[in-house]
Amino acid sequence: MCLGVPGQIIEIQPDLGAVADIDGNQVTISVALLPEVEIGDYVLIHAGFAMEIIDLQLAIETKQLLQEFQELNK
Amino acid sequence: MNSNVFQLMEQIKNEKINCSLMEVCGTHTMAIAKSGIRGILPDNIRLLTGPGCPVCVTSQADIDAVIELSCHPDVILVTFGDMMRVPGSKGSLQEARSQGADIRIVYSPLETLEIASENPQRQVVFLGIGFETTAPTVAATVQRADQLKLKNLSVYSVHKLVPPVLRAIFTDKMVQVDGLICPGHVSVVTGIYPFAELAVQFQKPMVITGFDPEDILQGIALLIGQLKSGEAKAELQYRRAVRPEGNPTARQLLTQVFEPVDALWRGLGAIPASGLNFNIHYRDYDARRRFQIEVGNETEIPGCSCGAVLSGKLEPDQCPLFGNACTPIQPVGPCMVSQEGACAATYRYQLLRR
Repeated sequence: MCLGVPGQIIEIQPDLGAVADIDGNQVTISVALLPEVEIGDYVLIHAGFAMEIIDLQLAIETKQLLQEFQELNK
Repeated sequence: MNSNVFQLMEQIKNEKINCSLMEVCGTHTMAIAKSGIRGILPDNIRLLTGPGCPVCVTSQADIDAVIELSCHPDVILVTFGDMMRVPGSKGSLQEARSQGADIRIVYSPLETLEIASENPQRQVVFLGIGFETTAPTVAATVQRADQLKLKNLSVYSVHKLVPPVLRAIFTDKMVQVDGLICPGHVSVVTGIYPFAELAVQFQKPMVITGFDPEDILQGIALLIGQLKSGEAKAELQYRRAVRPEGNPTARQLLTQVFEPVDALWRGLGAIPASGLNFNIHYRDYDARRRFQIEVGNETEIPGCSCGAVLSGKLEPDQCPLFGNACTPIQPVGPCMVSQEGACAATYRYQLLRR
């Protein structure tokens, strides 16, 4: 249930909204829990909310691992 | 797999220390089962699953009350998908939906706002479930609903807190836990301090751990290191996502909207201040209050060992129903329903166990 996925913030919207790129998909999320976030930041996303800023390099590594898991499960 | 993982595996395989390590996060349950890590551990190192799956720890009484509420003709019940198949005393939400109940599955609690504004004549109830990671997302949603003056929205909160249940586990003499793999994404919100306090109080090593196999192996190695040196402190392995201070904005939202209340956990009973319900400022959003719901007595599913499994007293495959009367297709208890339940994860990946 507490699954988090990394995504990149590509747009900040009014009322603490934002658009994040998750694996090529553009998803509308909330930054109410992370108002300091900026465009270009990689964030950990849970249930439509940015929870924490994560290091760019480490986000890519996590993404690659998730893809590897998906490959393994095919 | 890179050499780092092999090195860690070799190191752990040769450890002679006798210990039981517990994780309390459904995502860890899944990651550990999937990775096959249990299969490579020596017999002297045991990995236990604790009460880390929010769906599994929700009391039968609350599930029954929510199913009953969903059958009310005015109500649209909004829930995360995990809850749909959990068996109540009489059927599940999925069965209620097949009989006409209006139940919507969402990925984010924010979707509840749209549903409420599109259906002003109906009562929209969100089933608020999850630990410290998810509860702030629901708090933020309710605050937004308040700003938007959405009066037809309420939340049935079964949110729970991790530190109080750990205290209950550590004081239970029937459970032997020597070290704790702390939940990575709960820690994103709480930070390291609640775990540091528990580590000292109960003299248990703790490591906040990430979710890939290398993270978990490193977490286990750090725990063993503490056990061997006689230390008991909280360490942070999952540094890429967890700040020692956690997320203060999320915690502030929790205290603005909720207050700790005594809560009923499946298999563990009532635990003081281990749940979250609305505080006085937001109590109009409390679905139990709005619909005057009296939550019934806790009943147990006959023959089901979920309670013992959730507290680490029984391994899933030691339950007499496991794999016979209870399978992911025909689950008897919630630990077999939720993908991240201990029984479902064990069933799915049992060939990897040993």
